[in-house]
Amino acid sequence: MDLNTVLLVLDSTVRLATPLLLACLAGLFSERAGILDIGLEGKMLAAAFFSAAVSAVTGQVLLGLGAGIAISVALSAVHGLASITFRGNQLISGVAINFLAQGLTVVIAQDWFAQGGRTPQLEGSGRWDSLTLPLAETLRDVPVLGPIYYELISGHSILVYIGFLFVPLTWWILFRTRFGLRLRAVGENPAAVDTAGVSVIGMRFAAVAIAGLLCGIAGSYLATALQAGFTKDMTAGRGYIALAALIFAKWRPWYALMSCLLFGFLQAVGIRFQNIDLGVFEVPVQFMDALPYILTVIILAGFVGKAIPPRAGGQPYVKER
Amino acid sequence: MSETPAIELKGISKAFGPVQANKDISIRVMPGTIHGIIGENGAGKSTLMSILYGFYKADAGEIFISGKKTEIPDSQAAITAGIGMVFQHFKLVQNFTVLENVVLGAEDSGLLKPSLSRARGELKKLAEEYELNVDPDAVIDDIGVGMQQRVEILKALYRGADILILDEPTGVLTPAEADHLFRILEGLKREGKTIILITHKLREIMEVTDTVSVMRRGEMTATVKTEDTNPSELAELMVGRKVLLRVEKTPAQPKQAIVEVRNLNVTDEKGVHRVKDVSFDVRAGEILGIAGVAGNGQSELLEVLGGYEVATGSVKINGQEIDLTGAKSDGRSRRARGISHVPEDRQREGLIMDFHAWENIAFGYHHDPAYQSGILMNNATIRQVCQDKMERFDVRPPDPNLLAKSFSGGNQQKIVLAREIERDPDLLLVGQPTRGVDIGAIEFIHQEIVRLRDKGKAILLVSVELDEIMGLADRIAVMFDGRIMGERLPSETSEQELGLLMAGITDTDRTHDHSEVEAQLAERHGAAGKEA
Repeated sequence: MDLNTVLLVLDSTVRLATPLLLACLAGLFSERAGILDIGLEGKMLAAAFFSAAVSAVTGQVLLGLGAGIAISVALSAVHGLASITFRGNQLISGVAINFLAQGLTVVIAQDWFAQGGRTPQLEGSGRWDSLTLPLAETLRDVPVLGPIYYELISGHSILVYIGFLFVPLTWWILFRTRFGLRLRAVGENPAAVDTAGVSVIGMRFAAVAIAGLLCGIAGSYLATALQAGFTKDMTAGRGYIALAALIFAKWRPWYALMSCLLFGFLQAVGIRFQNIDLGVFEVPVQFMDALPYILTVIILAGFVGKAIPPRAGGQPYVKER
Repeated sequence: MSETPAIELKGISKAFGPVQANKDISIRVMPGTIHGIIGENGAGKSTLMSILYGFYKADAGEIFISGKKTEIPDSQAAITAGIGMVFQHFKLVQNFTVLENVVLGAEDSGLLKPSLSRARGELKKLAEEYELNVDPDAVIDDIGVGMQQRVEILKALYRGADILILDEPTGVLTPAEADHLFRILEGLKREGKTIILITHKLREIMEVTDTVSVMRRGEMTATVKTEDTNPSELAELMVGRKVLLRVEKTPAQPKQAIVEVRNLNVTDEKGVHRVKDVSFDVRAGEILGIAGVAGNGQSELLEVLGGYEVATGSVKINGQEIDLTGAKSDGRSRRARGISHVPEDRQREGLIMDFHAWENIAFGYHHDPAYQSGILMNNATIRQVCQDKMERFDVRPPDPNLLAKSFSGGNQQKIVLAREIERDPDLLLVGQPTRGVDIGAIEFIHQEIVRLRDKGKAILLVSVELDEIMGLADRIAVMFDGRIMGERLPSETSEQELGLLMAGITDTDRTHDHSEVEAQLAERHGAAGKEA
């Protein structure tokens, strides 16, 4: 295996990890505030469709991004209304959002574009360009470091860089700001926040709104950067994988980066090496494609050590006494 | 006194549906005093304080803080008005540090750093002023309940509270920790802070308060100077009739050993060694009381004998070994051997709260042929049995068709006691028989336990209330960190001595000052387990 192959796999790891990472951080904000969000998948899917649709119609990818974020935040608001204001079951509310997105995106796509539940192929300004970082071309021929810079670090859409920047940003918000302290507290013991005179409901809505924003970016990235247009069920379970990555990451931003890169890597390997001939037998392509999902099951079965979720996770806050 | 009261309530009323929780309550508390509010469960103390802290809105009435009429619609307003509250169940974030908990909600700016460093300095000052020593970087999970309570007080002081309300603050403390708390309160009082102490313990009221108000059924029945009253008068005001504060009983006439426990060891699922080499006997016709701070292995001991925790060692009932593990170690086989169990947590282990009283009366004994009719349960009989037991145990209201959760704590406990005592067991296990139970019902429950003893039965009593152990037990064993630290006779010991044993100090001849005991306690808290 030459350096180039390795770089290609890693390059694709970065691309594939980005939506996972954004969704994972979305889940992190939400769950750290005590709101389980199984609806990451649905929000991403809805955002993917609306961003592709708006981009296709207007030819403006930025408008598409705005539309994606808007619909995702709107779905977050629904989740918040059901599970925070009306203290409904957070899992059921999330599942409902997933079903809603899964059905509606295809139906609306068919109605608007009549292309079998797809949006038209995005071209030109309807899609995010890859950024070529400064000096990438010049340094390309420097041995080893040149290709790494050119292939791996340079040449992604701006959303990839935004996604990775969100890791330190999330860490900083959570652990260095007043907002973060309150957010973490509300997921551990909302009564403590309430008696300290801070609105539990306000904090939790803020958290799900951020989750909506991040899912919106993740969905837009899928449809307008990674792919060129929306296809039916294009999230392919990434929302659930992001949840698994979140548990694997023990609800910490930097660990989230690592676990998302791992999942991205497995997807990249699955795509790059469709058949691996081990001599004795050939590993079937289906197995390679299934790798991330197999890892998900292993992680969720708790084989990777004890992960302690935020203590008030999943419980609506009811004032006592 | 011509001074303006620090806090004055005028005509506060609050109803929850048909229940009048507070009826026209007026109260004046002078600055720099400790004011006690005493009353039974459900007398409306907590409702009143929740109104003061902005949790509930009063239907009628006015609140004056330092003479100024103040509206308190939420906790933030209460904090702004200078009111701090230490809840019975602490409102701390368990995996945050002390510093983070203190700062939460009272941060100076969007960034944490300046707030945290200011708080660190502030805490140091408060610690020196009021004996409120807490390591600011300790995580709440790792510190004991006495320490956690100090964090709650620090939280209030950090927010500039002039009026501090403490709701049942000593429920979870050892006697030494409680003494420390009272010294802190005295210090705060000297600095001119106003303290409201809510409790149901008469002794605490007598010990630390300047004035005391008594509440009964939502009404304020009296406000008196503490020095002008006495415990039995207060008890009478609380209950509305004369109450026996002492348990009436004759000396025990112990006979043969009913239960012989030898080298009992329990390790829980987390691998923590909870009970360590415990051995004791309980004889027919005596009450063995196990004293100790919650979480020192008493619960596990009861659970082993009750059949739902596994252990190693040996336990004999009437001379015959019982299984401590495996299929024959469960509640049903224990009951078959003559062991009845009144669990510590009646709402989780003693009753099913959403089931009717008559169903609860049958639980555990539902295999009794008398309750069967072919393959079906004979519900009519069970209802009748329940009715009879409820009348004998003075359960109010005596209605078998009510859900367990609709009874008050004392009446729930009476249902459990009725079920277990009426089975005429050889050994009765009783955990915290009067936790959350009114004074009137306490009297009754104690009498029933003594009556069973006088029938020649063995009773193992576990309680964190020293008063209860001292009054009820014929012999006292003290547990600390899973071990029995020593046995004493109630007539030959004192609360101080038991308190030291509860803190793990066996060498009681040595003179100890408080700080030394505290230091030892703090050190051992980790090992002693953290139940709360």
